[in-house]
Amino acid sequence: MRAWSRAGQALLLVGPALILLLAVYLYPLARLLLLSFTGGPDGAFGFGAYGRFLESTVYTSVLLRTFRISLTVTLVCLVLAYPVSYVLSRAGSLTLRVAMVFVLLPLWTSILVRSYAWMVLLQNNGLINQLLRRLHVIDAPLRLMYSETGVVIGMAQVLLPFAILPIFASLRNIDPRLPAAARVMGAGPWRRFRSVTLPLSLPGVAAAGLLVFVQALGFFIIPALLGGSRVITLAMVIESQVVDLLDWSLASSMAMVLLVVTVLLVVGFDRLLGLDKVWV
Amino acid sequence: MSRSLVSLVRVSKTYGRTVAVNHVSLEVGEGEFVTLLGPSGSGKTTTLMLVAGFEQPTGGEILMRGESVVGRPPEKRDIGMVFQSYALFPHMTVFDNLAFPLKTRRVAGPAIAKQVEEALAAVRMSGLGGRYPRQLSGGQQQRIALARALVYRPSLLLMDEPLGALDKKLREEMQGEIKTLQRELGITTLYVTHDQQEALALSDRIAIMNGGDVIQVDSPLALYERPATEFVAGFLGDVNLVEGVAAETDGNLARIHIVDGPEVVTLDEPSLSPGKRVRLTIRPERLEIWTTAPAVLNAWPGRIREAVFHGELVRYGVEVPSRVVLRVTRPFRGPDALLAAGEEIWLASRPEDWRLFA
Repeated sequence: MRAWSRAGQALLLVGPALILLLAVYLYPLARLLLLSFTGGPDGAFGFGAYGRFLESTVYTSVLLRTFRISLTVTLVCLVLAYPVSYVLSRAGSLTLRVAMVFVLLPLWTSILVRSYAWMVLLQNNGLINQLLRRLHVIDAPLRLMYSETGVVIGMAQVLLPFAILPIFASLRNIDPRLPAAARVMGAGPWRRFRSVTLPLSLPGVAAAGLLVFVQALGFFIIPALLGGSRVITLAMVIESQVVDLLDWSLASSMAMVLLVVTVLLVVGFDRLLGLDKVWV
Repeated sequence: MSRSLVSLVRVSKTYGRTVAVNHVSLEVGEGEFVTLLGPSGSGKTTTLMLVAGFEQPTGGEILMRGESVVGRPPEKRDIGMVFQSYALFPHMTVFDNLAFPLKTRRVAGPAIAKQVEEALAAVRMSGLGGRYPRQLSGGQQQRIALARALVYRPSLLLMDEPLGALDKKLREEMQGEIKTLQRELGITTLYVTHDQQEALALSDRIAIMNGGDVIQVDSPLALYERPATEFVAGFLGDVNLVEGVAAETDGNLARIHIVDGPEVVTLDEPSLSPGKRVRLTIRPERLEIWTTAPAVLNAWPGRIREAVFHGELVRYGVEVPSRVVLRVTRPFRGPDALLAAGEEIWLASRPEDWRLFA
């Protein structure tokens, strides 16, 4: 009896969100799934769209590039985020509050605004190239815009907070007595970090990596604006299939492949580390 | 006392205006078990952290084997430490936890395995090397923490309320084991606790701390029998505290009139003179209850106000004329000997069991 009312209460609480998700997410997703199987000649049911997607070297190279960029962005984010998180985890409460505002600030700025800002910085006559030439570091401008480099820089900047927060949380959660104990036992700073702090923060690093990678896979605006026609990612191809070529079933099959890969990654992560560790 | 391993010479630690440790001087002899005992905020843990090197003193000297260690980091002090939370590395097996200090000391692999096995055997945890800390009970974790602090034979063992997280029965069991192990290894130990029973049971000497000061340092027996201050008397064990006025002194014994109470004969003290106000204490177990008037110096008629049964002992509140209530603890000798509230009895005490404080 009590168990039932408890379950009923839980259902009542998650109900509204559940209905919303079913209506605006699961239903369209199901339609999308169906659509992806209608890519045969004359809209016949089958794997036709998947065949067209995966047999075309153009599209598979786009898929590969999307993964390559996402992976690079993930690595860049992790490398940049770890030291920041480490400093934040040891900061006093005032420093921490101010620093957190700076970490989160980009999230409150429109991604479009930030993309155009990066264009100003990265283009051939942009601020970075001008500065480097002024300092005689380079003779010819670096190709930062319309290249994977530019896309990676832009995406890494946008996704950095998603890497900092989980790593920060896991570092903050380490009992300060553990490095202290290592210290009494004769471990210097480097050994304390390598043997105690780093391994204990790895679940946070893995969570950060997953969060960044999965988001990067579906990025559209930044690659479109900073990469242009030279750095085409899967999201851009899907957009052009829908908007320009009206090949909805091919677009659906691409979206499905992206979704399946994402789900596999999340499940694999859960098996390996346990998703419950992500936010502890 | 043997040669001193650790010396604290007028050590102070202040945080801004707060004085955590105030001119503390203390010697810990080679192989000795010294306990810092005090209520929370008395500065005992800060003192331990100063010895460990996690904190640096704002005044005074800390010497190990006669050499100043002020400014020397903890990793270079050759100490072992047991934390209240055990601080076992959760991502390492028991074996790797114990091997950690040996690896930082660049002990060779085979020697590591041997020393770890010996340390596990010493705390009766052989065969558990492959477990992770979370797979162990609180008592087992405590043993592993102890083994990890001893496996590399540090010159000094520091323990910060190591038994605080255990239940009473386990705590008493571990007290025995810690004492045995400490004696067998002969390791110099500085122990912090707020538990007076634990301090009495374990220590060679106890330093009683209060408000950042060391009040008195002595053996458990001496502290219990000859407390230097009222605070020590009250903190270590239980005491009855009454006020009185000295009536008569003869160099040997003194007669003191207890305010609102009877006259008591105590040992005389040089500071005592007729008319002087003093505070007197006596421990509840030094008061005897008689059913007939005993022929002793201090024998007062009294009435049981309350009786509380504690199992092995019984605690009474006894009112003596005109209206002083004294706490009396007697061993429980069976239901026949149990006294009920309201019963008229005699209360007896020996002059040498009373302590006088100015």
